[in-house]
This record gives sequence, C-alpha cells and structure tokens, in this order.
Amino acid sequence: MIEKDAAVTEDELHALVDGELPADRQEAVAAWLAAHPDDAERVAHWRAQAEAIRARYGAVGSEPVPDRLKIERVMRQRAPGWRWSAAAAAAVVAAFVAGGTVGWLARGAAAAPGNGFEMLAQDALTAHKLYIAEMRHPIEVKAGETHLVPWLSRRVGAELKPPDLSALGLRLLGGRLLPGPSGPAALFMYEGASGERFTVYASRTASPESALRFKVEDRAAAFYWVLNQVGYVVSGPADRNRLRTVVNSVYEQTEQAKG
Amino acid sequence: MVNSVAGFRQSVEAAIPALRRYARALVRNADVADDLVQDTLVRALRSEHLFHGGDLRSWLYTILTNLNRNRLRTLARRPTLVPIEDHDAAAAGTESGQRDIARALDSLVEEQRAALLLVVLEGLSYRDVAEIQGVPIGTVMSRLARARAQIRAHLDGQRPALRRIK
Repeated sequence: MIEKDAAVTEDELHALVDGELPADRQEAVAAWLAAHPDDAERVAHWRAQAEAIRARYGAVGSEPVPDRLKIERVMRQRAPGWRWSAAAAAAVVAAFVAGGTVGWLARGAAAAPGNGFEMLAQDALTAHKLYIAEMRHPIEVKAGETHLVPWLSRRVGAELKPPDLSALGLRLLGGRLLPGPSGPAALFMYEGASGERFTVYASRTASPESALRFKVEDRAAAFYWVLNQVGYVVSGPADRNRLRTVVNSVYEQTEQAKG
Repeated sequence: MVNSVAGFRQSVEAAIPALRRYARALVRNADVADDLVQDTLVRALRSEHLFHGGDLRSWLYTILTNLNRNRLRTLARRPTLVPIEDHDAAAAGTESGQRDIARALDSLVEEQRAALLLVVLEGLSYRDVAEIQGVPIGTVMSRLARARAQIRAHLDGQRPALRRIK
C-alpha cells in the first residue's frame, strides 16, 4: 500500500480541500481517501461548506461599490476616529434588528452612564408616548415657524438642529419645550405617510458620552446616547427596521454636526 | 507591485469589492461591514508611506481584520444589549442552507471565522493568512480545522467538538 511511507495527516486533508497539497502527495492522499470513507466524507463536507460560503457571500464582490466607499470620497474624509462610536452604535442597532422587539436587556452597569441619563431617556419616552397620541396639539411650535430652532436652542443651551428625515418619508411637524431632569429639553416630532410618529429629544446632560442604548416600553421604543454634553433620545413605534433606519440617520447627522 | 502614488490608489480601489465581500461574511451586518471597509480604506490611504511594497491586498485584509478585532474589543467594553430570544433560531428549521451557513459562521470565534473566510472565500494561501493574522501557519491550520469541525457540528445540530485530535 502507498500509505506505508507516510500516513496522511488531517492537515493534509485540509490542504487538499484548499488546493495547498503538494503535487507529490496528491496520489497518497487520494489513495488514503479511497481506503478511508470517513475521511473522504469529511473532505466532502468541508468542500460543501466552502461552496456554501462562496454561494452565500461571493456575489457581494460583484455588487456596485456604494458611494461612500468610492475612493474619491474616502480620500476626502477626515481622520477616522469619530467613526468608531458610529460603528459600535451600528452594531448595536444591528443586534436589535437581529433580535426580537421585546427581548432586549441593557447590561454592563459598570460602564453605564449615570442615573441622570436613564432618567432623561425615561422622560423622553414618556413625553413621546404622551404627545404622539395628541391629534390636534402634538407640538407647540410648527416646523415652518422660523423661531422654532433658535428658541429651543436658546432654552436648551445647545445649538440644536432637527435632523432632516425627509429621505425616510418623515416630515418635521414642529417642536416643544419640556422640563427635563437636568434642565430644559427640546422635543421634535416627525410624522410619516401613514401617520406614524417619531420624536427626537435633546437636552443638556452632565453624563459622559455613551454608546447607543435601547429601551422599549409598551409599543414604543427608544434609542439614546450622549454626545458633546447633549443627551439624545429617538423614540418611535417598536418597528425594529424602521426605528433602526431613523436612528442611523439621526446619529449620523448629530455626529456630523459635532465635527 | 505598486510603484507610484496613482498605482497605489488604483490598487486600493481594485480591492474594494473583495474587501466588502470579506467584511460582509465576517460581520454579516451590511452597514457594519461597509463601515469596516471605509475605515480600512481611510487608514490605508493615510498610511500609504507605511506600505513597503509586497502584497497590497494582504495588507488591506490585515488592516480590516485588526480593525474588526478592535471593534469587537470596544463593543465588549461598552454596555451591551443582549438578546433574550433569537428570532432567527425559531426559523432555523425552515431556512435554506445559505442562511444556515451564515449562522454556522456566526457560531465561530472571530479568528477562526477570519481564517476560514480568508482561505475559502478570498482564496488566500495559508502563508498569507498566517501573515495577516500574525501567527504561524500551524496555528492557521488548527483554526481552519476547528472552524470546519464547529461548522459541521452546527449544521448537524450537534454540540461543538471540543478539541482537535491530532
């Protein structure tokens, strides 16, 4: 038998599958597989795995490159430092999308921002639920009024800019001033084509910057984070895909405003 | 070989589709994957002076792999949201093999997943992967072996194999 000079190792079986087996071992390995059906079956399974992986992801390499990854765009970009929090946040949002709408739990108390921030998020979600139900008076000042943003910015003590969510089919209705746990807060309300409402809440906070956190209550859900001493809370219906898109957009716009 | 600034950029540009493919398989979420690619590109273009010739594609894979490792570390330090129930799990029995392979990949630890993907999806040699991961070839081999055994166990619905028997 051929195998007597050198038994075939598992490494060689992998090398065979991956096209790394030296030519002078091909024959020995082939003979080994013919004599060892278990190993032959393993090799077949590994080949099938590789095929499945290529079938699943191979096509990504032929997709058109999205604009933000075009080389001219990338070359104009600043230092990448800021993106990490966004990437982390996106991962958190993704995790939310992958899981159920209710089955989520915030953990990691050691790194968690202080209580004030939790209170702020709770206040925002309560306000969200209270005011989205208002048919006639959901807001205090309409979006068209030029003093809306300067007024809220002045009262809150931070330069606010309600994010533009029109690309997502959400129209800014307007805003209102609210009492917050650590000072005045601004609540901007948006409405979509089918009447669904989202709010963006912003208030100054002494809590340290944080990654995105998530809270769900009844049928409303909120993502919240702290950036540049402003706490942001985005609330909406607990429709995971939709809320995720909205949060991504708000997050990006506040991140950009920062720099 | 890359021997001019324009050539360098062109070579980086040519690698973008492959980087996206690798990143997508590595982290699954498309947005996070493209974030990783974007950061890889920014870093590569800013570090052009650090590139001393050689295989540009391997260098880009190295950056991406390291950035992903940093990302996972950062995520581990931050407050995390943990799923109590996994909706995908309920649907597993009815989904096709493509979905199953994605989930099987998810069940791997990061360095095993990276090693397997670099070899079978990106077609890199064991030697390249060893350089990218900064480990000896033997370690790459054992990562591959563990990855394949784990995927098999996952697909067979068995408990993962605990150790590779030499």
